[in-house]
This record gives sequence, C-alpha cells and structure tokens, in this order.
Amino acid sequence: MTSRTLRRRAAAGTPGFLKRSQPRWTERVVKVLLVAAALVSVLTTVGIVVALIPPVVEFFGKVDLGEFITGTDWSPLFEPPHFGVLPLVTATLVVTVIALLVAVPLGLGAAVYLSEYAGHRVRGTFKPVLEVLAGIPTVVYGFFALKAITPFLQRFWPGDDPPEVFNALSAGFVMGIMIIPTIASLAEDSMAAVPRSLRDGAYALGSSRMQVSTRVVFPAALSGIVAAVVLGVSRAIGETMIVAIAAGGRPNLTFDPLEGMQTMTAFIAAAGIGDLPTGSTGYQTIFAVGLLLFAITLVMNLISIRLVRRYREVYE
Amino acid sequence: MIPTAVTSDPPEIPRLKGRGTPLREQFFRLSLWASLAIGVVFLAGLLTYVVVEGWPRLNPKLWTNFPDIIDPSNAGAQSAITGTIWVISFTALYCLPTGVLTAIYLEEYADRDRWWNRVVEINIQNLAAVPSIVYGILGLGVISRGLGFGQTVLTAALTLSLLVLPIVIISSREAIRAVPQSIRQASLSLGATQWQTIWRQVLPAAVPGMATGSILALSRAIGEAAPLLLLGGLTFITFNPTGVHSQFTVLPIQIFNWISQSRAEFTALASAAIVVLLVILLVMNSLAIWLRNHFTRRW
Repeated sequence: MTSRTLRRRAAAGTPGFLKRSQPRWTERVVKVLLVAAALVSVLTTVGIVVALIPPVVEFFGKVDLGEFITGTDWSPLFEPPHFGVLPLVTATLVVTVIALLVAVPLGLGAAVYLSEYAGHRVRGTFKPVLEVLAGIPTVVYGFFALKAITPFLQRFWPGDDPPEVFNALSAGFVMGIMIIPTIASLAEDSMAAVPRSLRDGAYALGSSRMQVSTRVVFPAALSGIVAAVVLGVSRAIGETMIVAIAAGGRPNLTFDPLEGMQTMTAFIAAAGIGDLPTGSTGYQTIFAVGLLLFAITLVMNLISIRLVRRYREVYE
Repeated sequence: MIPTAVTSDPPEIPRLKGRGTPLREQFFRLSLWASLAIGVVFLAGLLTYVVVEGWPRLNPKLWTNFPDIIDPSNAGAQSAITGTIWVISFTALYCLPTGVLTAIYLEEYADRDRWWNRVVEINIQNLAAVPSIVYGILGLGVISRGLGFGQTVLTAALTLSLLVLPIVIISSREAIRAVPQSIRQASLSLGATQWQTIWRQVLPAAVPGMATGSILALSRAIGEAAPLLLLGGLTFITFNPTGVHSQFTVLPIQIFNWISQSRAEFTALASAAIVVLLVILLVMNSLAIWLRNHFTRRW
C-alpha cells in the first residue's frame, strides 16, 4: 500500500488507521520565538565585537601598535597627541592590587567564617548584610571614597606626605570593600560543596576547627576559591565609577598609591563625557582602550568559568 | 534494707581534660569574625555618612525642582527621578521578556549536547562578567551612533537591557530548574503538548523565583551609571522625558554630576539624592525578598 492511500483512508476515517499526530503550529511558533530570544545574547557579543573592531582598526591605521603598547605618555586629546597606554594600564594595576589586598583576605575570611564557624542565626544576619554591600551602586562607593575616606586619610595620615585629593589608595580600598561579597559568596559556595565526610574524618583524627578549615576545607575548595578571586580581579579591572570619581582623571605613570591616576575605565568614561565626534582619533581611542579592557576581562572570566566547572565535576 | 550504695560516694570517673582552646585558634576565629565585621562597619559608616550629609537637603524641593547649577539651595532632582522611571520601565519592557524566553529555551528545549547551545550558555556566563562600561561602548558605537538612536531614553533602555539580560536569564533558569521533573512528566502523560506543559505548569510555579531575579536585575540597572556616561547622559537636563526619543538624565548620573561640583552645597545635594536612590533600591530589594519568602513553593 502506498503512503498516499494510507493517508486517504486515514482522512476518510477508515477504522484501523490512527492519524499521525502533527506537532501543532503553535508549538513551532513558540520554539522559533524562544530561539530568537536566545540569539539576542549571541548578537550582543557579536555587537560588542562589531562595535569595537572597525574603530580600532582605523585607530591602528593612524597610531603605531608598538607606541600604543609600550608608550609611556597618554595624551590623546592634546597637541601633539601621544598614545602610550601604559599609564592607564599601570593605574588599573595599582588600583586592582590595592582592592585585592583588601578584598581577598576579608572576603575569604568572611567565607570561612560563614561556612565553617557561624551558626544559623549569625549566617541569617550577616549574609543579607553582604548582599546589601553588593547592591549599593558604585557611584555611591565613589562618593564615599572621595568625600569621606580621602579626607579621613589626609587628616590622620601618619607620615609627612598625605594622599592627594584624588588618589588610588582610597579608590582601591573602597573598591576592595565592594568586591568582598563577590569573593565571599562564590568562595562560600565552593566550601559548602566540600563533602561533610571530609570534615568528619578530620575531626575524628583530632583536628581542631582551624585545622579543618585551613588544611581540609580550604584546599578541597581551592579551585572554586581561585575562581572567586579571579572574578574579583575582573570586577576590579572593569569597575568605572569609583575610579572615575575618586582616583582622578590625570594619566600618571606611577606606582605611588597616594597620587591621582587615570585607569583604563576612567579614561573611557572621561572620553565618553567629552562627546567626541564620530570618526575622530579621540573617539577611536575609546574603542582601542575598550577592546584592551574587554580582552583582559574576557580572559579572566574564561579562566574563572573553567575553574568553577572543574570543582563542580569533582563534588557533584 | 536500702542498699548502702545509694548513700556512698559515687566512684571516681576518670575524666579526659580538654587542652582548652589554644590561643592560635582563638586568634584565627577572631580574625575571621573581624573580616566579616569590617564589611558591616563600613556599610554602617557609609549609610550614616550619606544620611547625615544629605539630611538638610532631604526636603520636597528634591523632587519638585529641577537641577540648578547656579543656585544649589533650590536645585532638585525631578528630571533625574522621572528619567530613572522612564529608563527603567523600558529596560524592563525589553529585557524581561527576552530573558525569560531565553531561559525557557535553554532549560526546556535546548539539547546540551549540541555545540550551539553550549556556545549560547558560555556566552551568557561571559556576558554576565563583561564590565558595564563595555556595554556603554556597545551602546555608543552601535545603538546610539550606528543605528542613529542618539542620546535618548530608548538607547539607554536598550543598553541597560543588554547589561542586565544575563542576570535575568541566569535567575530565571534557576527558577525553572527548581520545578520538579515529575510535574512536567505528569502533564505530558495527560496529553498536554510541551508548550502547554510549560505555560500552564512550569511557568506558574517558577514565576516567584523569576520575579525575584528580575527585580534584583532591575535594581542593578537603576544604580548603573558608567554605561550611561558614555551615551552622553551627563548633558545638563532640566526637563522630564516626554517619550522614548527624548533626552534624559538618571539619578546616578545626576549624583555623579553633583559630586563633580566642588561647592559643599552640591555635596549635600549629592548625599540627598543618594539617600533617595538607596531608598528606591531598598524598597525593590525588600519586595524581592518578600516575593521569595511568600510565594516560592517548596516541592
């Protein structure tokens, strides 16, 4: 019997033939819609690349790549312009290092406390506080750094050489506090994933709580903890408002945290405020520095995602 | 006769003596506690500072008046407050449907063995950690100047949508994943189609979780200033937006503007505006927590 006759009989309602159910058209429409929505995220990435690449290509048509990477003078809007990105990179580095010096010990300390020491009640009170810290807009952190922390430092500075009004130290410190929740919550998650039997085994052998925390739980959760720190680094590098407000707007090749300096992000923001005409070299510098920033954070994020994957494979 | 054993002294039980908590242990515990406490003290200090500084300016002028560069005592933030409402409403309009639909696709339809689905997934994880200023560059280069939308509410809303989309997607996925598989199987075995199952069973159960995540995502968007700086949001705006193609300013930008002014009156003004911003965020977050606690179903 050909399939055509089968279909005819089925249509005529001849007994013995069930109609093959066709997927309803609504189901297909829905699926197309859903795929389209999922594509938005891919298109965003494509959009970022499309937005960044052409101006950057044009930029490097005018500016030597070697000068950009190794040059020590960043003054793209002056005459004659200089395009050495190093001062911006070192400023980002200085602020990031200060932020990490604050955020890594405090964030990990908080994570160990919440995961290994705190009872239900203490966790219930302190976790929301950390969430509030994470939810405060960065412009508010910047305001606090500039108007409260810097005057405080200047007033109580022990040496003869107090920090400048704009300085990397208070920006970095406040940024460190801002990153604490990021590091603490990710690190705590990975410590919670360490099986209880490991802890019980260590206690049974006579370990103290400190020994269990530092020699059993911490190493077992290490890849997750490193992932948390890497994510913290990437947030510090990408943070804009705090440095734009509190670290100043002067490109400055220095490692002295008491001086003002302009980070990559602060430059992008400052140039954006300037509302430069499309196609000008100044406008294209936004994209060149933006691409550098995007590339650095992308590498950081990929490392972090990989590490999180790895620790998940072990304990789930 | 009563046995004498009752009255006699109990036999000596050998007791193990603890060594007591060594100093090192106590110090370790204290430093862990301190690292948590520093964050709390910082938060308390910050909140006290902005409230004390902003107190003299927390009067109705703040929302009845427009920014005034000459006379700070009469300046207000009305254009920024209405601008924030405009921008956030349209952000919600763009990013919530897209985010929820993407989450449904990834959780209910996508085959994880297919490389393109994994690409979408890794992509979203990455986008979640891209610095916000890079979204500003995207908004500037593609939306504002590339598509010619200019420095408008529409551009800002689209840029912020893309920025918080990963957060909406990730939290919606978690909400969908929390609905047990047995619900879907029961629905399918009763003859419901896949979409009917999702629409009538999965989504109603996942809505509280999605709503919580969405509110948190929008509150992130409300506080975001960096990408909007690039879109030219710093222009001095003394009028409320009249439509999606209107120019705008938002609270964080207005605050940044006032911080950059050196006169002390503007510092007070910035503090007052920060208090308003924080109260808005507090209300939204409380709503999110309330939704989570009261409507989430435990299976």
